[in-house]
Amino acid sequence: MHVVTFTRSTPDTAARLTVDADGCVSQGDAAMVVNPWDEYSLEESIAQAEDQGGTATAVAIGPEVHEEALRQALAMGANAALRIDDPALAGADSIGWATVAAATVRRLDDVDLVIFGKEAVDVGSDQHQIQTARLLGWPFIGAVSRILELETGAGSMRVERSLEHGKQVLTCRLPAVISVLKDINEPRYPSFMGIRRASRASIPVWSLADLEITLPQALTMEMKLEEPPQRLAEAELLPGTPAEQAAALIARLEKEQVL
Amino acid sequence: MVLELGEERLQAQRMVREFVDREVAPHIAEWDREQRTDPILLPRMGELGILGICLPTRFGGQGYDYLTLGLVCEELERMDTSLRVIMSVHMGLNSLALLQWGNDEQKRRLLKPQALGEQVGAFCLTEPGAGSDVAALRATARRDGDAYVLNGEKMWVSLATRADNFLVVARHDTEAQPAHMGLSAFIVNRDMVGVTTGDIHGKLGIRAGSTGWVAMQDVLVPLRNRLGEEGEGFKIAMSALDNGRYTVASGATGLIRACLEASLRYARERRSFGQPIGQHQLVKQKLAYMQQWYDCARLLWLQAGWLKNRGQRNSRETGLAKWYATDHSVKAALEAVQLHGAYGFSDEFPVERYLRNSKGATIYEGTSEIHQLMQADYALGLRKDRTLRCELPAWDEDFWLGDDVAP
Repeated sequence: MHVVTFTRSTPDTAARLTVDADGCVSQGDAAMVVNPWDEYSLEESIAQAEDQGGTATAVAIGPEVHEEALRQALAMGANAALRIDDPALAGADSIGWATVAAATVRRLDDVDLVIFGKEAVDVGSDQHQIQTARLLGWPFIGAVSRILELETGAGSMRVERSLEHGKQVLTCRLPAVISVLKDINEPRYPSFMGIRRASRASIPVWSLADLEITLPQALTMEMKLEEPPQRLAEAELLPGTPAEQAAALIARLEKEQVL
Repeated sequence: MVLELGEERLQAQRMVREFVDREVAPHIAEWDREQRTDPILLPRMGELGILGICLPTRFGGQGYDYLTLGLVCEELERMDTSLRVIMSVHMGLNSLALLQWGNDEQKRRLLKPQALGEQVGAFCLTEPGAGSDVAALRATARRDGDAYVLNGEKMWVSLATRADNFLVVARHDTEAQPAHMGLSAFIVNRDMVGVTTGDIHGKLGIRAGSTGWVAMQDVLVPLRNRLGEEGEGFKIAMSALDNGRYTVASGATGLIRACLEASLRYARERRSFGQPIGQHQLVKQKLAYMQQWYDCARLLWLQAGWLKNRGQRNSRETGLAKWYATDHSVKAALEAVQLHGAYGFSDEFPVERYLRNSKGATIYEGTSEIHQLMQADYALGLRKDRTLRCELPAWDEDFWLGDDVAP
C-alpha cells in the first residue's frame, strides 16, 4: 500500500504575525514548523503504512522552506519525501496547486490513499484538497476521525467522520483522498534515529517539466493583505455575590440580545 | 571551538522539548507539590531513547555526541530539575563511567540495557559522614574469592528507589596510604541480597525527583562487577564527576533559561504605572542579567562539550561551567521571583519551584566552594590533571554509529 501525505512548513503558531502597509507578512524571528494539522495526517499515513507493510511518502509543493516539514516527516518515520518546486508556482492559486498535487500522485503511480491534515494553518485553506480529489477523479471524505477498515485488496475503506451533531460512518472505494481531524491519533515524536536519517537524507525536487504539466490560468488573485481592524474591548467587573453577578450577567446578555 | 551546532543536534533538542512540554508540563507542579515522580516517566524516557542519547549504537544507544547530551540536559531542566537529575546520574555518573572504564563484557552486559532504557543507573559516593572529603568514605569491600562483600551506607543518592544498578565506591583496603588509593568501584544491582533503599522527603527542592539512601549489608558482588582495577575507585569517581558535572552545568543553564522565559512572559503581561513592567528600568536590568548569565553559562558548557567530543581532558572547563551555571541559576531564580512580585512567592507561577530547585546543584557534585578552590589551584599551577588509564573516548562517528562486531 502506498499512502501519500501533502505537507508544508508554516510559522510556529506562537508567532506574532504582522502585515505592513505594503501587505508584506512578517513572522518576526519565529521558527517554521510542520503545519500542525499535518502532524495528524503524517502520523496516520506512517501508521497505516506500518500496519499494512506499505510505504508512506510525504510531499511538499513550494520553495525550500518546506523541506523543514519534509524532514520532520522523515524523522517521524515516513519512508520517502519529495518536493515539487518551479518558478511557475509563484502566484499559483488553489487550482494550480491541486493540478500539481494530482500530477504528482499520478506520477507516483501506485498511490492508494492521499491523506491531508484538516487545513493549512497559515492560510486557513482546504479547498485545494477537494480540488485535488476532483482532478484525480477520486472520492473525497473530509473530517475523518478514524479509519475503521482499509482493504487495499478489496479496494475499499470504511471511515468515521466527526460532524457537529455526531458521527457518520462512510464506505468508499480506493484510491481515495481524505482529510483528518485531531481526534484520529496521537502524533509520535520524531525518533533520534529518524532525526539523523532525515537530516542526512537528500530530498528529490521535481519541476513541472518532470511532471509534464503546465499550470492552468489562475482563477483567483490575491489583491491585498492587511491587518484586521483592532477590536476595542472593555472589561467590566460585576459587583455582588456570585448569584447576583450571575443574574446581572444574564440580564445584560438579554439586553444586548446575545441570549 | 566550533560553535555551529547543526540541524541534527537542534532537532534532537526540539524533540525533547516537545516531549516535556506535552507530557511533563501539565503535571510537574502537582508532582512537585506531592513530592512524587510519575512511575511512567523513566520508562517513557527510555522508550524515546533519551536515556541512551550519547552512547554508541553498538551498545544500544542513539549515537549522538556529548554536545547533544548537553542540549538534552538543558531542555530537561528548563522543565524541571528532577528530569535533568535523571540524566546526571543515569548517564553522566554511571553509563559514561561504564563507557570509559568498563571492559567489553561489562559494556555489553551492563551498559547496553541502560543505553536501551531497560535499566536505570545511579551513583553511590556520598555517605552520611563523607561528602566533599571523598577519601574519608567508610563503606567497605572485602575480597572473598571471586567476589567482594560490600557493607556501608550511601546518602543523597539520586534515583535511590528507582535505579536498577548502582555504581558504588567502597574501600577495599582500609590501610592504604594515601587513603584514596584504597578505594575501588563496583556495580551493585538492586536485586542483590542485602541491598535496601529508601527516599528522603522534606527536601528544599527537586521534590519531583527521587533522592535517597542505599544501605548494603554483606552484599556479595561478583568480581566481574568491579569497574576498573582495584585501587582505581577514586579516579573512576572523579572522572564520573567530570561527566556528571557536565550534565549539571548544561542543565543549570536550562534553568536560567526557564527563569528568563518566565520573566519575559510576565514582564510583557503585567502592567504597573500604566505600562508593562518590562518598560521599567530595574526590571529590564534583571532581564539583562538573566540573558547575560544564560549566554555565559551556555558558552562554558559548550566549551566543555566540544572538548569531550575531541577526547580532550576537560575537568577544569567542566568544573568552571558547573560552578558558574549553578551559582547563576540561583541568582536567576531569585531575580525571577523578585520580578514576579507576590506571584513569585506563590506556586501559581513556576519561578518559586525554580528557586527551590536551583539550590541543590551548588552543593552536589562539588560544592561551589570546592570548585572555587579547584579553579584557583588550576590558575596557580597547583593542580594538574594526570592522564588516566582509561580516558572518556572522543566522539567518533564511525565507532558511535558502527555495528557491534563482538561475538
